Amino acid sequence: MILQGLRRIGDWLLVMRRVLTRPQNGRLFRQRVVNDMLRLGVGSLPLVLIVSLAIGVLLVLQIVINFGYPWLPRFAIGYAAREVILLEFSTAIVCVILAGKVGSNIASEIGTMRVTQQIDALDVMGVNSASYVILPKVVAFVGFIPVINVVSVAAAFLGAWLLCWMGGALPPDTLLVGLRHSFLPWYVWSGLIKSIVFAFIISSVSAYEGYSVRGGSVEVGRASTNAVVYSSILILFADIILTSLLK
Amino acid sequence: MIEVQHLSKQFDGEWVLRELSTTFEAGRTNLIIGRSGSGKTVLMKCLVGLLTPDSGRVLYDGRDFFALPKKQLVSLRKEMGVLFQGAALFDAMNVLDNVLFPLRMFSPDGEAAQRDRAEECLARVGMADALHKMPAELSGGMQKRVGIARAIALRPRYLFCDEPTSGLDPTTARTIDELIHSITHETSITTVINTHDMESVRTIGETVLRLE
Repeated sequence: MILQGLRRIGDWLLVMRRVLTRPQNGRLFRQRVVNDMLRLGVGSLPLVLIVSLAIGVLLVLQIVINFGYPWLPRFAIGYAAREVILLEFSTAIVCVILAGKVGSNIASEIGTMRVTQQIDALDVMGVNSASYVILPKVVAFVGFIPVINVVSVAAAFLGAWLLCWMGGALPPDTLLVGLRHSFLPWYVWSGLIKSIVFAFIISSVSAYEGYSVRGGSVEVGRASTNAVVYSSILILFADIILTSLLK
Repeated sequence: MIEVQHLSKQFDGEWVLRELSTTFEAGRTNLIIGRSGSGKTVLMKCLVGLLTPDSGRVLYDGRDFFALPKKQLVSLRKEMGVLFQGAALFDAMNVLDNVLFPLRMFSPDGEAAQRDRAEECLARVGMADALHKMPAELSGGMQKRVGIARAIALRPRYLFCDEPTSGLDPTTARTIDELIHSITHETSITTVINTHDMESVRTIGETVLRLE
């Protein structure tokens, strides 16, 4: 099992070496990046918006219910919510969620191209199929993830504020004081750096899983599942390492 | 002309091709026949470079395919057109874009000239009316025609067809056979067809290689 894991890592590195090369046709590459950005990035925004809004509401609600001690300053609820949203939820958790949506999409699309010989067709034409198929997706998703990150943070804060405004869990002004309390801009940058790494993991691992499919529809399904599982696990491990490095 | 010299290929210790030597003549329709599992597809994949043989050489007019430097290999690949068994059209592109694809990637011509060439190829295979259809909207025979148009777009010197008539009704199969045969003679290219259709052997086979 360890040997198989090492072999897959080696194989992934070999594929990435072919992926990270200069595109053979710049115009086609830019077109594909824009298309993939719209499909993978913009297409993920509704899901990110809904989930982030709900998490913003739930997070503040849980803190109010479980940590509403008289000795705890009320603004600390907003402060705690901000730290969780900024440092973990909108980076790691949103990316784990996107591993399910974007990862399975990439793996199944490329896997289907493999089993229907579309990738073979590229290879025999002399096209670097790994670069042509995978690079635009990696560039598009890594390039768009900061937008997703910012939208997620904004939606979660909005959810928290709406709960206070409509639900009366906390005065909205007190929440805003907490959200602004001891704010370090570095947290935003660290969140963006983490998101970019996670986006690279999702897109490259999922693309590799699809690209290395051999067989038929069953293997495409398996590749899609593997893409989600491996991406999610790698994101969580990378999160531990990055959180230690970026503190 | 394509020369195959002492080509061997094995999978998990089992020889599929062993010391195979043959020649595919230029300007002729060369057929590879044999029962299932005889190695037709493996030979075809070795010819187009999708598989690397364990030993032996494939010479394209004297150029050793597996010994060429990368740049010359890419250049040689541009001289090859391949029609896959399932046509292998890019399902995210319409018919015109599929045929335009190799031209956009490699042709030095301008966009208008590329489009003219793509339309000319599609007209040649009788698909001029389906430019904006998606592959999923086409029948099997129509997909094969578009596949042929894409394969000849860059004016190849070598054309490979993997089971071009499989899954087609007899009438459509003969039409596809005739199309490949006539394109071979019009442009004097070296055509290699992998088939198990005996009617193809009878009607268009000029050189036949039988694999045991």
